[in-house]
Amino acid sequence: MELKEKFISSFLAVDDYLNEDSVLHDIRSAAIKNFEASGFPTKKSEAWKYTSLKSLLHNDLSIFPRQEATVEFKDVRKYFLHDLDTYKIVFVDGQYSAFLSSTTHEGMDVCLMSSALTKDKYKAVIENYFNKVAPQDGLNALNTAFAKEGAYIYIPKNKEVEKPIEILNFYTGAESSLMLQPRNLVVVEENAQVQIIERHQSLSGHAVVTNALTEVFVSQRAQVDYYKIQNDRPEASLIDSTYVKQDRDSVCSVHTFSLGGQLIRNNLNFYQHGANAMSIMKGITLIEGKQHVDHNTLVHHIAPNCESHQDYKGVYDDNATGVFNGKIYVEKEAQKLNAFQQNNNILISDKATINSKPQLEIFADDVKCSHGCTIGQLDEDALFYMRARGINEKEARGLLMYAFANNVLESVKIPELKKRINRLIALKMGVQIGFDL
Amino acid sequence: MLNIKNLHAGVDQKNILKGINLEVNPGEIHAIMGPNGAGKSTFASIIAGKEDFEVTQGSILLEGEDLSDLSPEERAHKGVFLSFQYPVEIPGVTVTNFIKTAINQTRKAQGLEDMPAGEMLQKIKTVSEMLDIDRKFLSRSLNEGFSGGEKKRNEIFQMAMLDPKLAILDETDSGLDIDALRIVASGVNKLRNEKNAVIVITHYQRLLDHIVPDFVHVLMDGKIVKSGTKELAYELEEKGYDWIKEALK
Ligand SMILES: Nc1ncnc2c1ncn2[C@@H]1O[C@H](COP(=O)(O)OP(=O)(O)OP(=O)(O)O)[C@@H](O)[C@H]1O
Ligand SMILES: [Mg+2]
Repeated sequence: MELKEKFISSFLAVDDYLNEDSVLHDIRSAAIKNFEASGFPTKKSEAWKYTSLKSLLHNDLSIFPRQEATVEFKDVRKYFLHDLDTYKIVFVDGQYSAFLSSTTHEGMDVCLMSSALTKDKYKAVIENYFNKVAPQDGLNALNTAFAKEGAYIYIPKNKEVEKPIEILNFYTGAESSLMLQPRNLVVVEENAQVQIIERHQSLSGHAVVTNALTEVFVSQRAQVDYYKIQNDRPEASLIDSTYVKQDRDSVCSVHTFSLGGQLIRNNLNFYQHGANAMSIMKGITLIEGKQHVDHNTLVHHIAPNCESHQDYKGVYDDNATGVFNGKIYVEKEAQKLNAFQQNNNILISDKATINSKPQLEIFADDVKCSHGCTIGQLDEDALFYMRARGINEKEARGLLMYAFANNVLESVKIPELKKRINRLIALKMGVQIGFDL
Repeated sequence: MLNIKNLHAGVDQKNILKGINLEVNPGEIHAIMGPNGAGKSTFASIIAGKEDFEVTQGSILLEGEDLSDLSPEERAHKGVFLSFQYPVEIPGVTVTNFIKTAINQTRKAQGLEDMPAGEMLQKIKTVSEMLDIDRKFLSRSLNEGFSGGEKKRNEIFQMAMLDPKLAILDETDSGLDIDALRIVASGVNKLRNEKNAVIVITHYQRLLDHIVPDFVHVLMDGKIVKSGTKELAYELEEKGYDWIKEALK
């Protein structure tokens, strides 16, 4: 039996035991039908031209673990931002870990998708927002059909969340062939503010595939800063799809740090439904070996006076491959738009490759749109200059790569996180840098 | 201190340096002048260890030690400093962070601990005041968007911070206005002592009024074709290079 058929037939079994209300039940039934119709994406589709899931999607994959795994805090401590007080929503092999988490219901909800999906008090929010912005085909449909756990974050009007929220997904490898389906919902009401850090981390050398789906709703004048740390083992793969719907005067930023994994595919989509909305997408990709990172972004400008900024930097070593596919779609109502897209890459090895493709579709006439893409090597003259001042070659290379990525880090608003990313990058470069950028 | 014998070097099949001999002793200042394309910058960057050029013959000794197998950074650690004719822009690294890294890497290579932060700050303050450099300047990205003169002044700032044994100043005067020239030259003079040495490469005698050389060499077509004292610079200023070419024929 093919993987697709296997999943479809296992849906029937799960469907019974989830025992959800009819609204959710209908959503899931529709989703599995959509999945049946569209299946997994293949290289035949334009959006997946440079990224093949074929080698990941083998028939042993299953969606739910058969046994419950536990981890000890000491084994995962380093993956938390331990020098900072945060809310934590933690999952181990897709199951909630109450012991590692620190959630809240005081003046907001920072908790679990499984309770939100089943408890009456969340019903209104779920009906209004769940599955309302993510298009329903292929991998999204698969996630919708099966997702039962993830982060549920609801921030009411005028609430400024005082500390960041960490969403951590650990994978133990106790079962070797899981395809996890985490599902997050973030609803931020008018004039509220929140910062979120999401991380997927495999704890063993087993292959795992995560098909994560996150929906974010940013109401008027609200602000969301979302950070994704993708620094997994070289056996772990992640498909991370994020859909952000913004109302007027809202600001949302997503920083993606792709520093490790076998295959990472980021689908990052913004829909600007209100005037004066601002969307910021930034990324640093730093990979080696046979790793593959694909950034697929979309900004859909629907309202006037909006802005979008995209700035992605990539450094590729060995046989690593990268893809940047950035689409800006401007409706004719989206006048006075300022859209900016930049993708700069450094290929350290001559076997590394990057495919960078901007796509602009503009139907408004009074807009400012710019995009640029560069692919190059490290500047040899700069290297000699630095070495002639006494900086060792390795450090000089590291420093140049740091400098290259620097402006993406600059906009990280959580100093502890910035420091952490700095350190991760230094570690990857094998350099010691005597200062933080 | 610096002992160069019969240095031949080039790139690909092209010979650029064709047998240079030069001896520089501690405490001395040597000026190198010569027409465009003569090989002055090539000579300077070969001493600093630029690997693009291949040394085909001859030797470069620093305090008796052959430099040929040393990387640029190892030469820097031994006290060689090159002020670039065209300083390179390094976006994303501030002047301060760059010089801190350079100093501490050099100290590390010499088996020393990092310079204490307070001492570093004090040194930066003293040197930037000496060279009349605005503090704001130091938090800008290195050389990025600097004017020609600012870049040159910044090279001398780094030189003063690193306090080298042998400083090679490649056309540091070009791009400097008259006041800046005086400030930079007096900075260089303040750093001089009986243990270090300076090689200044320049097209203009004017600089040599401020940094007074013990010897002036004329480099033409990859060779030092004439050496003299500071009076030679006046002669060149007045008569150009043709008379030397003629005399060589
Ligand atoms: N990488 C290179 N490849 C080929 N030719 C080179 C290279 N570097 C230098 N040259 C050539 O070597 C010669 C000497 O160049 P160099 O820069 O040393 O001259 P210079 O004396 O410093 O001149 P200027 O007074 O204009 O600064 C020139 O003809 C130059 O074109
Ligand atoms: Mg020159």
